[in-house]
Amino acid sequence: MTDQKEMEAASHHVVSPIIYIIIGGTLLVLTGVTVWASFLELGIFNPIVAILIACIKATIVVLFFMHVKYSSKLTKLTVFCGLFTFLALIGMTLADYFSRAWGRW
Amino acid sequence: MSDSTALAHAEHGHEEHPAYLRHHFENVEQQADAAGFAMWLFLLTEVMFFGGLFTAYLIYRNWYYPAFVQASHQLDIFWGTLNTAVLITSSFTMAMGVWCAETRRRSGLVLCLVLTFILGLGFLGIKTIEYKEKIDKHHVPGFHYSLQSFLNPQSDPEIYKEYKDKPLALDMARHTEVYFSLYFAMTGMHALHMIIGIAILGFMIFRARAGAYTNGHVTFAENFGLYWHFVDIIWIFLFPLLYLISRHQ
Repeated sequence: MTDQKEMEAASHHVVSPIIYIIIGGTLLVLTGVTVWASFLELGIFNPIVAILIACIKATIVVLFFMHVKYSSKLTKLTVFCGLFTFLALIGMTLADYFSRAWGRW
Repeated sequence: MSDSTALAHAEHGHEEHPAYLRHHFENVEQQADAAGFAMWLFLLTEVMFFGGLFTAYLIYRNWYYPAFVQASHQLDIFWGTLNTAVLITSSFTMAMGVWCAETRRRSGLVLCLVLTFILGLGFLGIKTIEYKEKIDKHHVPGFHYSLQSFLNPQSDPEIYKEYKDKPLALDMARHTEVYFSLYFAMTGMHALHMIIGIAILGFMIFRARAGAYTNGHVTFAENFGLYWHFVDIIWIFLFPLLYLISRHQ
């Protein structure tokens, strides 16, 4: 039984609640920051700042709440590959749509 | 293969393995890794699914820019911000729930799951308030959709006094319906994920009260946590794209 518990402890990194509190607090603060930034006149940078903050929030959710920082290399690689494929698909699609004179509007 | 399996079993003493370890896995660690990996594969299909909606949104926003700007002025930033805070808090309570499961705290786990459940319902409640406003203003695509707020912005005094929008030409104003189609498709699909999540949470609260997840077998709670955080991430991107990025245009 002790054997099994040791095995669990070794395989399973338990993230401390303090980290969850810090991350939860950071996410709430960043939510406030992104709303505040949306009231500033930043021109073209308004959407850029908003998306950037959203990416930071999503990254810390994935790393800490979803434990990827403490996960196996296989999980890290899976998440990275998924993200890369997604960005490649969305990037190529948008580049095509935005650079071609097709479509009537 | 069978030799090494037999060896592994002999080494650890086969009778001693926990009841939740399936026989086709070597040990608990391998079983948890396999389940986590599968969960991530599922979440990646979800990323692609929502990704299609996000791409459609970006393309149409680019095409019908003035319509999208004015239509997004119809969304209430207060409710959007409050809902973001509610959802992030529910993600936090879910993460704490997984921690309680890992450290075998049964009542703590039940409390966290109940809080997550309530916050999830709170999110849907706020969403309902927002949807009702859209229905009242006839901003639901396909159901007596009204262009009034966009052809004559002054007829919508609350929005007008904040944004001073200029009237749109008819052919551009018609495209606000595309914005609301995507708005309802994206927030609706997100809400559907919330409803499914809340249903599973209800099931988990009953199971957790009976001692499940705190007996060392945390896989289900942990993978549900992944799903819940994923739904949170979708909202983290929906919120700025739908509510925030067109405030000044």
